[in-house]
Amino acid sequence: MTADPGPRQDGPPQDGQRRDGRRRGRRGDDGSREQLAVPRVKFESYYGRPVLKPPVWEWKIPAYLFTGGLSAGSALLAAGADLTGRPALRRATRLGGFAGLLASTYLLVTDLGRPERFHHMLRVAKPSSPMSVGTWILLAYGPGSALAATAELMPPQLRATLPGRLLQAAARPAGLSAAFFAPGLASYTAVLLSQTAVPAWHGAHRELPFVFTGSAAASGGGVGMLFAPVSEAGPARRLAVAGAAAELAVSRLVDRRPGLVTEAFTTGRAHQLRRRAEYLTLGGAVAAATVARRSRLAAVAAGLALLGGSALQRFGTFEAGVASTKDPKYVVQPQRARLAARGQ
Amino acid sequence: MTLEHSLYGPLSDPAGNAGHQDHPPRVGFFTDTSVCIGCKACEVACKEWNAVPEDGLNLLGMSFDNTGMLGADSWRHVAFIEQQRPLGHQDPGLSELPTGPSVAEAAAEVVADALRQTERGGGDLGTAPVDLGFPSFQLPGAATGAETRTQFRWLMASDVCKHCTHAGCLDVCPTGALFRTEFGSVVVQQDICNGCGYCVSGCPYGVIDRRHDDGRAWKCTLCYDRLRGDLEPACAKACPTESIQFGPLDELRERAAQRLDYLHEAGVPEARLYGHDPDDGVGGDGAFFLLLDEPEVYGLPPDPVVPTRDLPSMWKHAGMAAAVLVGASLSAFLGRRRR
Repeated sequence: MTADPGPRQDGPPQDGQRRDGRRRGRRGDDGSREQLAVPRVKFESYYGRPVLKPPVWEWKIPAYLFTGGLSAGSALLAAGADLTGRPALRRATRLGGFAGLLASTYLLVTDLGRPERFHHMLRVAKPSSPMSVGTWILLAYGPGSALAATAELMPPQLRATLPGRLLQAAARPAGLSAAFFAPGLASYTAVLLSQTAVPAWHGAHRELPFVFTGSAAASGGGVGMLFAPVSEAGPARRLAVAGAAAELAVSRLVDRRPGLVTEAFTTGRAHQLRRRAEYLTLGGAVAAATVARRSRLAAVAAGLALLGGSALQRFGTFEAGVASTKDPKYVVQPQRARLAARGQ
Repeated sequence: MTLEHSLYGPLSDPAGNAGHQDHPPRVGFFTDTSVCIGCKACEVACKEWNAVPEDGLNLLGMSFDNTGMLGADSWRHVAFIEQQRPLGHQDPGLSELPTGPSVAEAAAEVVADALRQTERGGGDLGTAPVDLGFPSFQLPGAATGAETRTQFRWLMASDVCKHCTHAGCLDVCPTGALFRTEFGSVVVQQDICNGCGYCVSGCPYGVIDRRHDDGRAWKCTLCYDRLRGDLEPACAKACPTESIQFGPLDELRERAAQRLDYLHEAGVPEARLYGHDPDDGVGGDGAFFLLLDEPEVYGLPPDPVVPTRDLPSMWKHAGMAAAVLVGASLSAFLGRRRR
């Protein structure tokens, strides 16, 4: 038995089959007055068990991230289409945006453990809780989106009536109010994920807002290309291309962040989903910039690809977070490195 | 007290910061694991007093820990760590025994692998039964016989909600169900909680969880009802070795420092405090520990930080991203007018 004063080498090559979460040699660096005579025990986790709880959220939350972003992107396009006289694009995006909002509401309420208590969210306005902030953003956004969409759905024979005329008059302010809150709706969801102890989400808190708003713009543009004629869908294509470019570039930045936690994004199911998201988004964006300007069919295909890419991006990001809670290495190793950097 | 310390950093009076006036002193637990005997009386007392439902009679197949981890239905959890720990420079002469070393590690490997295959990677332990899929009639390690026992030690530690000075669960709760009591503890109001699950991901210690058949989040309340009746929490009351000590936090910190000095002088240099430091990432824990090894060995994060610390930075980046989105939308319409 020999004294072993330095960081202990654990024989890395033959260690290949061990989970890397289990062994690590560092000692005497924690403020304890421990002598360095005893070999390190091999645990660095409690029987390899997770330190954190995996999120209790299931598919409905990443699905909401997608539908919420879609709704926000569509609302922005709808307001622009309204102001620049593109009625078909306006109709498509107002309706698409409202559909996204309805889906979002459904997903959010049913994901609760006690859905009948959803209105308890309205008891407080709490700046430290992104979910509370998001609730109020949704609440501010919703009426505008709903009113503008209702105006689009009004049967022609009602347009001459007084309520019909009032609704027509209210449609533009309503759409503009939705567009005003849409950027908040598109971006707060990134804070929602990052404001957690989940290592992958928290670690990417600088990048995620850009991934999510990019994804929202791409999906909103996708809605416009899907349902509006090619002649009016120019802004939808341009927004889709810009959003897709941002989403692709920043999600690559996420893949290259230094540190172990990046592995949660670049391995496993999260990696597969995000890679597919990239292909779809890239394909959709390229088509949007080229063939979709001429062919309605190509525009529909590009729109679908962008929607798919946006959805998979959200699911991939979500999965990365879940994976990072299940393996204790994502919690222990970065925190250990942090302590070592502080000299503790 | 500054505003920034409402979110992060040392905060001497969390109850006052939360708006309580003329409140009693902050109380908490000091869990001295060096005298824990692993009797689990704390687990039982907690379940009894708080009427916490049964969470499955699991045999996890390793050590004596059949609770797993803290969860919605386990508010105290006694960890058992079986360690190979040779004595200093002495060779106790046991390493040459023909049967080899303790099987603890091998057993842990098997169970950890099985756990990883379960739906939430073992995160359900403490909330519900987890089927690890190995029927066995043997006690863990029993087949190897007494003669194989070698150089090891047991570590036992009763884990509990830390009642952080800056509590991640409390910060993210969107309904106000989680609140800071006048005692400085953090409690879920069950008539308010709507089961959004945000607190589960907000906790840097993996303590709070949602109960399956109930849908709401549950965790240790520091026996809020008992505190209001001037009683100490059930676990501390039941602890036969004073491993769990309850009292005003200032007093506990003093007592812990003395105990640490004593242990260091008595030749237990590996003793250390965990969660006692008001300058740490959560502003210090209301329930802190004396440990005999690295925190991660007990399943505790070595340097937890409340996610709220980075909240300003997160909103700043979200704001920039929102601004970029507005810019992109405007230029999509203004960029080229021809279509």
